[in-house]
Amino acid sequence: MMSKTIEPVHHRSARGSAKTMAQGLGLFSLALGAAELLAPRQLARALDISGQEHLLQLYGLREIGTGLGILASRDKAPWLWGRVAGDVLDLATLGAAMGASRRREAVAIAIGSVAMITALDITCARALQNGRVDGDAEYRWIPDYSERSGFARPIEEMRGAATADFKMPPEYRASLKTSGELPRDPVRTITPGR
Amino acid sequence: MKALCWEGKMDVRCETVPDPRIEHERDAIVKVTSCAICGSDLHLYNGFVPGMKSGDVLGHEFMGEVVEVGRGNRRLKIGDRVVVPFTICCGECDQCRRNNFAACETTNRNKELADKAFGHSAAGLFGYTHLTGGYAGGQAEYVRVPYADVAPVKIPDGLTDEQVLFLGDIFPTGWQAVVQCDIQPTDTVAIWGAGPVGQFCVRSAVLLGAQRVIVIDRIPERLTMALAGGADVAINFEDEKVLARLNDLTHGKGPDKCIDAVGLEAHALGSIDSVVDRAKQAVMLESDRPHVLREMFMACRPAGVVSVPGVYGGFSDKIPFGAVMNKGLTIRTGQTHVNRWTDDLLRRIEEGQIDPSFVITHTVALQDGPEMYRTFRDKEDGCIKVVLKPNGQGRHNGHGGSGEVRP
Repeated sequence: MMSKTIEPVHHRSARGSAKTMAQGLGLFSLALGAAELLAPRQLARALDISGQEHLLQLYGLREIGTGLGILASRDKAPWLWGRVAGDVLDLATLGAAMGASRRREAVAIAIGSVAMITALDITCARALQNGRVDGDAEYRWIPDYSERSGFARPIEEMRGAATADFKMPPEYRASLKTSGELPRDPVRTITPGR
Repeated sequence: MKALCWEGKMDVRCETVPDPRIEHERDAIVKVTSCAICGSDLHLYNGFVPGMKSGDVLGHEFMGEVVEVGRGNRRLKIGDRVVVPFTICCGECDQCRRNNFAACETTNRNKELADKAFGHSAAGLFGYTHLTGGYAGGQAEYVRVPYADVAPVKIPDGLTDEQVLFLGDIFPTGWQAVVQCDIQPTDTVAIWGAGPVGQFCVRSAVLLGAQRVIVIDRIPERLTMALAGGADVAINFEDEKVLARLNDLTHGKGPDKCIDAVGLEAHALGSIDSVVDRAKQAVMLESDRPHVLREMFMACRPAGVVSVPGVYGGFSDKIPFGAVMNKGLTIRTGQTHVNRWTDDLLRRIEEGQIDPSFVITHTVALQDGPEMYRTFRDKEDGCIKVVLKPNGQGRHNGHGGSGEVRP
């Protein structure tokens, strides 16, 4: 019998909370992307950056792409780093708009918000990469159920224990066989070369 | 009496409702000593199964003591200790006489609704949607059992509630799922989902002699419990690509037998197709999230068997039926024909072959039920199986349950 793949038990899963954080950031990405894609005029008006609507829509597509990537991928760290790169682009765009905009306060708030999200993205990406979360992030307790077999005897003794007296209902017989004894009569067995 | 009532999506409350009474001469009233929250109750809780009404009493896994018997019921007597299967069956129709108890033609009193939803009606179920009869369930102090001269399983002295409670659903459900696979001694069996039904699938596959059992989930403690029960390999689908790993483990052939113990609520963020399914569910373009079905059909070895004990409610998109047809897969599914298996499984419990109480992680009073729905749904606090005690402590064996019962 092959060796068992056993997860460590009685430890706290930091990676689990980093994944939860990543899922939150993925959902945020989807929501922000949808807003940029569907309401670019309103956003441009709020920041007084009219003429940049198509750029905002492109950024929206980028957000949706990274959001889906984060939510659907097993290895989320590269997608989080992708978000960080997008954040840098957002900060550069907002910084450039600062001088020309008549709504500098709104742009400044947007820059601050993006900077905070960037910090979260970096923390999460690093945590996923390192397999741990620094600081006082939330941990998940994993109880130890490794003794809960349900059997009174070792597994090796239980394997097939019911076959001695279990009467298989004929209607549940598999019509085709993938394994077990090869069929003989009345099924013809074809031998290669004959 | 007190009972757990469905009051809307994610809204279960412990309420005072009228006591049940005998309505037919074959009925019995059972005082519930133990009941459980089932994974399929969560489909109701999350609002994915249609046909629920405000005030419906939940619960289809329960047992207790017979306190009242209808005049025409010659099989039960007051004081009998019984486990009540979740499928209500008449014992007389064509399907019951064929032992297809979950397909009973008589007991769904909302047959017209089910005919519209499923083409034909199957058996009535306790504590489930009005599509399956809208019968009051067993997460209550008392319950009316219709056709009580057919299905209830009498429990001999010497066995605790915790040892026998799951004869009403999850143990025979896991058992039937594996029996449907026609296990051969050289079989590799892959089981999606290490929740309560998945746990019983693992143990049933071991008892029925599968050579190798692979379990797929993402919750570490559930994978650990599956390994304890005889699974040889645990695949965490958040860390590994399931199809690639299954192919690696089977030299590219795929598992001989595949079991879906997940059902319609596959992890919504676990894969791109599930994210899309979840979005479609939100706008009512799809009722189920069938990621596991898709993955099983692709994974299973040609000429293999796919067994589906997981609950599906309606319509599923993008099912790779080309894989099913071209590989010649056999699909077996259905609600469990509980009474087909209960005598045999009860004997195995009595003989000590298996003790189903291993799966219990939480034991609480009935009024804590609403909170436990949330805990179970969110897989918090290591929760795998919750047992509720509507009438106090009941009988304990001290094995299962980490929680205290608060009267």
